[in-house]
Amino acid sequence: MTLMQKFLGAAATLALTAGAALAEPALIYDLGGKFDKSFNEAAYNGAKKWADETGATYRDIELQSEAQREQALRRFAEAGANPVVTTGFAIASSLEEVAKDYPDTKFVNIDGWMAEVPPNVQLIAFQEHQGSYLVGMMAAMASKSGTVGFIGGMDVPLIRHFGCGFAQGAKAANADIKIVANMTGTTPTAWNDPVKGSELAKAQISQGADVIYAAAGGTGVGVLQTAADEGILSIGVDSNQNHLHPGKVLTSMLKRVDVAVYNAMKAGADLETGGTTVLGLADDGVGVAMDENNAALVTDEMKAAVDDARAKIISGDLNVVSYYTDDSCPVLDF
Amino acid sequence: MDKMPKWADAILVPLISLLLAAILSALVILAIGEDPRAAFKLMVDGALMRSAGWGYTLYYATNFIFTGLAVSVAFHARMFNIGGEGQAMLGGLGVALACLFIPWPHWTLALLGSATLAALFGAAWAFIPAYLQAKRGSHVVITTIMFNYIAFSVLGYILVNVLRPPGAGDPASVRFPEATNLPTFQDMFSTTANPMFRSAPANVTFFLALAACVFVYYLIWRTRLGYEIRHFGHSQTAALYAGTSGVRITVIAMLISGALAGLMAVNTTQGEAERLILNSTEGAGFIGIAVALMGRNHPFGVLLAALLFGFLYQGGAELALWTNIPSQLIIVIQALVILFTGALDNMVRMPLEKLFLALRKNKEAL
Repeated sequence: MTLMQKFLGAAATLALTAGAALAEPALIYDLGGKFDKSFNEAAYNGAKKWADETGATYRDIELQSEAQREQALRRFAEAGANPVVTTGFAIASSLEEVAKDYPDTKFVNIDGWMAEVPPNVQLIAFQEHQGSYLVGMMAAMASKSGTVGFIGGMDVPLIRHFGCGFAQGAKAANADIKIVANMTGTTPTAWNDPVKGSELAKAQISQGADVIYAAAGGTGVGVLQTAADEGILSIGVDSNQNHLHPGKVLTSMLKRVDVAVYNAMKAGADLETGGTTVLGLADDGVGVAMDENNAALVTDEMKAAVDDARAKIISGDLNVVSYYTDDSCPVLDF
Repeated sequence: MDKMPKWADAILVPLISLLLAAILSALVILAIGEDPRAAFKLMVDGALMRSAGWGYTLYYATNFIFTGLAVSVAFHARMFNIGGEGQAMLGGLGVALACLFIPWPHWTLALLGSATLAALFGAAWAFIPAYLQAKRGSHVVITTIMFNYIAFSVLGYILVNVLRPPGAGDPASVRFPEATNLPTFQDMFSTTANPMFRSAPANVTFFLALAACVFVYYLIWRTRLGYEIRHFGHSQTAALYAGTSGVRITVIAMLISGALAGLMAVNTTQGEAERLILNSTEGAGFIGIAVALMGRNHPFGVLLAALLFGFLYQGGAELALWTNIPSQLIIVIQALVILFTGALDNMVRMPLEKLFLALRKNKEAL
């Protein structure tokens, strides 16, 4: 076999594996990558669970540049992947454009926003403010100093949305509570800067905070670590992070991205599209993590208050104001 | 004469560096159990064998030409402008303001207007470090890199608080009006019978980049100002003695550099995204340094190096799409090329010089 033949052979097998096997779903991670211990990793976990259960395979890509958003969407759609699941709000604009060119392909976007949702796109939105409200209540009840902290990742509306819900919950449990809020930064590195997270946590502790909620992706790992070291409580986000420091993490605000991805892949080509799925407390899309790691920290009083507020939010008796309604928060200035 | 011939300096050294980078990359790919030959073939197929692939390669190359030229102009005055990232970000703001708030009747006028504003904004952002360097001696490397962070914060503030449409979670402006959309290669070269460059982002800005190459060549080697810039770069004391104003040259070289970096935003913001996003520069300002180094600060070299990096970016995307090579390793491959062609230049050059010297001595001995 000459070198040329080898070359052609390798190319042919590659072309086959690239083209033929694709009647499978595809998953596009946002910049930041698959294993960010938070948002994208939750999506990966959902896809992995689906693959393990069904024995089927899926394609995925970690984006490296903005121009790749549209490219990845088109290439997966052209190769026949269905549905194509995307994470993060930043891809929504590209998706809006691309979706009309592939009417037979179904697309899902988590966290995105579109003025008008195309018929073959399903948006999935989480009611993060509701979950944050509940952990805010717990924080205020657990605080002895009367001061709680919020550390956000990058200063974008989504994170203010988290912080606003948290502040409302804290105020509801204790009207006199003081809330210290900081954002890690204004660049995407703010999602993965545990050292800065740790510094901010120390600064908030010196201002009297004794429960800190970190909604900051990888940065939160530093916040939780410092809180544990300094002997105060912390609250995790997105995934259940209670196990990171057992007995030191009050709870975690769960955002079930994994369930959303799993459900989308399970539905496959039959996925319902053309609207926005809103996952809130009622659907267990967001929630409060209770397990053996934080059982000793959560008092019966807290549990009762959280259960009560949860029921009221679901029934509509209690309205947690969303930051998005008028781009401001009634109880907290950013 | 202790130098090697010019052709060896310009062609042989980069080629050997590239070969070394390719060999190391192949070893890396082998180490994770993938086939390097198939991977290379996939990169070439995806980036160069389809017109859509070229569309992406040229799109990335356009960015790198602008930022590469920006770095090289400053470098001719022996200044290291590593603030291309921030200058391009501000350029993006200029493009967005031009596209959003001026009702352009046609894209040609819009291109003219947005390019002017992009260059002005980029130059303005470079002016402050230039002034500080010229008048206060604050090192331009330190100030330009710090200005990158300031640019990011400024852009973040403006996008989140001013330009973001109400209700949207994404820190980005609204889409630019239809009239400002630049024709892509698909619009320009496709016929109904033969669609070319399908949905690829390469657009008319590429020709602007080529024009910028010609402009920089004439500026540096054919004008009095260019001569002064080079003179100042080679020997500051001699230039000052000859009556050149150091302040003037420092500021002008940085202004041109900043304007070139700012122009990059026309490609990403008006040409591709058609709206202003937070992450539109995505490191092209830094890649520009490698491009300028590899291109020997000559516009033609910058063009070739930019094409190479465009190929690496697009080929890397193909690898990410169709293989299980993790994205971190694709960055490693790109970094190896930068390392060998930019930073480890002398590793290849010195032995080569010695080799040529030895050959020449042999000849003389005969």
